Amino acid sequence: MSIVTAIGHGPGQGAPAAAPRRRARGGAYLLLAPGLAYLGLFFVVPVFALLVTSLYVPVPGGEVGSFQPAFEWANYVRALETYWPQLVRSFAYAAIATVAALAIGYPIAYVIAVRARGRPFLQAMLLVLVVAPFFTSFILRTVAWKQILADEGFVVAGLRALSVLPPDGRLTATGFAVVCGLTYNFLPFMTLPIYANLERLDPRLVEAGADLYASGPTTFRRVTLPLSMPGVVSGTLLTFIPASGDFVNAVLLGNSTTTMIGQVIDSRFFKVSDYPTAAALSFVLMVAILALVAAYIRRAGTEELL
Amino acid sequence: MPKPPEPTDPFLRALVRAQRASLSRRSVLAAGAGAASVSALLAACGTSGTPSSPGTAGPAEDVSDEDKRVTWANWTLYLDYDDESGTYPTLEAFTEQTGIEVTYVEDIDDNDSYYGRVQGQLANGQDIGQDIVTLTDWMAGRMIRQGYTQELDKANIPNWENLLPGLRDVSFDPGREHSLTWQSGFGGLAWNKTAVAAGLRTVSDLWNPDLRGRVEVLSEMRDTVGLIMLDQGVDIASDEWGDDEFFAALEVLDQQITSGQIRQVRGNSYAEDLVSGDALAVIGWSGDITVLNFENGDNWEFVLPEAGGTLWSDNLMVPIGSRRKKNAETLMDYYYDPAVAAEVAAYVNYICPVEGAREEMEAIDPELAENPLIFPDDEVLARSYVFRALTPDEENRYNAEFQSVIGN
Repeated sequence: MSIVTAIGHGPGQGAPAAAPRRRARGGAYLLLAPGLAYLGLFFVVPVFALLVTSLYVPVPGGEVGSFQPAFEWANYVRALETYWPQLVRSFAYAAIATVAALAIGYPIAYVIAVRARGRPFLQAMLLVLVVAPFFTSFILRTVAWKQILADEGFVVAGLRALSVLPPDGRLTATGFAVVCGLTYNFLPFMTLPIYANLERLDPRLVEAGADLYASGPTTFRRVTLPLSMPGVVSGTLLTFIPASGDFVNAVLLGNSTTTMIGQVIDSRFFKVSDYPTAAALSFVLMVAILALVAAYIRRAGTEELL
Repeated sequence: MPKPPEPTDPFLRALVRAQRASLSRRSVLAAGAGAASVSALLAACGTSGTPSSPGTAGPAEDVSDEDKRVTWANWTLYLDYDDESGTYPTLEAFTEQTGIEVTYVEDIDDNDSYYGRVQGQLANGQDIGQDIVTLTDWMAGRMIRQGYTQELDKANIPNWENLLPGLRDVSFDPGREHSLTWQSGFGGLAWNKTAVAAGLRTVSDLWNPDLRGRVEVLSEMRDTVGLIMLDQGVDIASDEWGDDEFFAALEVLDQQITSGQIRQVRGNSYAEDLVSGDALAVIGWSGDITVLNFENGDNWEFVLPEAGGTLWSDNLMVPIGSRRKKNAETLMDYYYDPAVAAEVAAYVNYICPVEGAREEMEAIDPELAENPLIFPDDEVLARSYVFRALTPDEENRYNAEFQSVIGN
């Protein structure tokens, strides 16, 4: 989440806060040191290595997977030319999954935080249910979905009987299944930040809305929703960013026509041993996400993140 | 290396020819030229500062005598398994006999992805945490060529004498100094007998519109593209073909994927989809189908297509960096005991490389001893082909194109 943190602490926030506490500065840097060292070691160094690798060229006549240092910027052009459909598809799937997760996650968070307010046991139980999927492996749960949605399974049989699916229709190995998998797997990341935000919602503000003769929906639209925007922004970021780079769902629930960029990077790196293309694509993905997120945060406003 | 005379036994002859075909002189020369130094550095994806050469580093000190454990990476459905107790009977017996505890991991789904995962560590001579790996001929050749394997000490593997003579002196590992055959097998057609009552005879039968969206093929390029090439009349074992033939076959694969005829391209996990019913007809491996039938009711059938099937062998090797080579060798020796080999063959149903296993098999299951997919006869071998060795350049281009076609 370093990207979010980095953007969240833009110049607008850091400067005024630091000025009156000049004396504490040395201590602050000392406290920051472990974090900075960690970021330097595990983020900056690998990113630099990635950039260097992405410019390598194959050794002429060399063994599979042998490359030599160069400045081959054309690697990026080739990678983008070949793989832009997968890149676009990844962002499209991630965007749909994020919207779907918001549509599902917001009401859940609202019920737990607002409706169940004052009933701590119920709230705790519901929260456990939201978090429960994390207790088992992400891959196992996705494989379970593959079984549930199998052609011979009851879901497909039921949908066919109801004519929702054509007689030879299927759910697994489709883009629909991949988006469903993404939505399902990242739902808690959407629900929890919104919950954390709504939980702090001051009920007196809602009461004030009612006192001013606003109807329930209007109060929600004019009071609750704007106040919960920081939760929505962090939830959408926490869903969208990992979802666009995800490949497990696409591997297990998709097929050759639903490939996401994560799969391509995986296959270029591990199967073809084409490290420069894999590195170039990783870099492109990183920059693209950074650009999308920056644009989004600019629109949504950074101060609401905190 | 002088060529020994070809054996008279048809099975051995075919295997000898197969192994000879699996590495051309060109690829050996090319490999020797530039690979060793640069690949070692680059394999660590450009991050390592000092290039290390695994060939000269020498294996680490062996701790087998103090550390009675061994880890073995293998493919799924590739060792006798007891459903009721959830154990591998021959492994249990091995531990009882030798006191060596075996961690058996079904870690290999296809050659390329396994290689990609461990190459970085191997290039630096590091321990990958596994003492035996099981890889197909062409990949075994690549590993040995790059110095990623340790030389086997035959004194610890007296039973290696039971290796079928035809498999002893293969071109990718003369004298079998680094590898021993685990099993050999066929790539061919398999289908669900209830859903595809008429059965399949050729690869083209997979493209029948009735099977739309229910066909799966292997992510192993040499099997999938090899079978399509055979279907198009190309002898994949000969040096006679090149780009035109390969890309013509790839074109067919591309069409069938784009049109939705092929549901998914998968590694060993196609077996799950046969069981779940998502896949009704596949390009698959001979032994898997027999095991599936045994475990899930007799529901599938396997044949070599009329135009011929692919023939391959998987090989046991000790990766560089393993510090338990002697334990690994003890395990290899154990599996070259004909009685144990027969027990494994009775379960995995692949071609058994151990001499004397057929006689042992007659005691376990006389019917299996007659099964041409386990102990192949002339007719079957005449219809099976080993994909010829590719030069590194061909390998790079073909594999990259193949991965693109399958959506990656």
